[in-house]
Amino acid sequence: MLTKRIIPCLDIKDGRTVKGINFVDLRDAGDPVELAQMYANEGADELVFLDISATEERRKTLADLVKRVAEKVNIPFTVGGGISSIKDVDVLLHNGADKVSINSSAVKNPELINELVAKFGSQCIVVAIDAKQINGEWKVHLVGGKVPTEIELFEWAKEVEERGAGEILFTSMDHDGTKNGFANETLARLSTERNIPIIASGGAGNMQHFIDTFKDGKADAALAASVFHFKEMEIKDLKKKLQDNGIPVRL
Amino acid sequence: MKLVIVNYGAGNIQSIKFAFKRLGYDAVLSDDAKEIRAADRVIFPGVGEASSAMNKLRASGLDKVIQELKQPVLGICLGMQLMCHSTEEGNTSGLGIFDTDVVRFTNRVKVPQIGWNQISNLKSSLFKGVAEKDHIYLVHSYYAPICSETIAVSEYEMPYSSALQKDNFYGVQFHPEKSSKVGERILKNFLELA
Repeated sequence: MLTKRIIPCLDIKDGRTVKGINFVDLRDAGDPVELAQMYANEGADELVFLDISATEERRKTLADLVKRVAEKVNIPFTVGGGISSIKDVDVLLHNGADKVSINSSAVKNPELINELVAKFGSQCIVVAIDAKQINGEWKVHLVGGKVPTEIELFEWAKEVEERGAGEILFTSMDHDGTKNGFANETLARLSTERNIPIIASGGAGNMQHFIDTFKDGKADAALAASVFHFKEMEIKDLKKKLQDNGIPVRL
Repeated sequence: MKLVIVNYGAGNIQSIKFAFKRLGYDAVLSDDAKEIRAADRVIFPGVGEASSAMNKLRASGLDKVIQELKQPVLGICLGMQLMCHSTEEGNTSGLGIFDTDVVRFTNRVKVPQIGWNQISNLKSSLFKGVAEKDHIYLVHSYYAPICSETIAVSEYEMPYSSALQKDNFYGVQFHPEKSSKVGERILKNFLELA
């Protein structure tokens, strides 16, 4: 049986791990490669590296990091953050990334999704969508959730699937950093309407939140950062708890 | 042991090289027919779209080279699919090593299948030390149905071939290089095949 995935997310700045609380107030939490190996050993199913550096050398720094991770880690990982061209993706995949995630660049140029899918295949193209509710409507946001757009979440998700993306990583900006649980109602609608896997992100605070997002949110995978980074829960314990609640996991 | 990964421009093959490195083996990436023929073990990877991958193989003449290999060959993911008779993806004729046709999952399930699934009905020394229902990592939209060459079964929508074998040719739908300790064991077994 296909299992539900637990995915720690490592925010990366200049080759180091950080975590944003509502995407600001960064805190340093260690070496990405070491952290990645630790998570892999603890039973993480996948890893996501989200690069938030803004330096000119960022592309090279990220490619080097990807290579170091690929050398050491025996589970799949996705790289995202500032990816905007075929060339960017080519370099990351060539260095050993399994998937890339694109966000703002896909909103600005949706055709990029088709081009990447044609060149590299659906299986390695994740489209990340950040959204929050404005007057009761879910609107897509750009630049790490800072810039609102007029684009409606569910329509964009449909377009993303039609253009060939292999997966959607949905972050609710209303939930991210709150530790009050995932946006399950919205996730359930995304997961029911779309026929590609949906990764839930934003709001993980305790184990029940993960149970809820798999049961009520119908998520295929759940992503979290700080609860794992700061050892608020161990991945092994979380997966045992999920199994006890009838959710298929890899133990 | 001379270990060659067939390099025909099909996606992320670094991961496979790194996985063997972690086991203590240096794998060589090569598109050279002579070097591939001379290897003790050949890995035939593949990520991406079937028809363009097959075109690259044909253009380089590596299709015939692979078909004629006598040493153990391991096709991974799309590599396994291209070793079949045909695949529905891009209506592509394959290498015809495995006598089965690869087809697409229907929309009754999410496509692609992404994540960790189980393997069972294990029938080859490729799976020595691997337990029934151990987990492996997969990413795919097309699958090989169960056939006489099936040596491992996974279930998604229905039971299908998670691995195939004919003579010296092995194919796995999953990514052993990304399947944690279980995957490492399978790669090690491949190197140790008699």
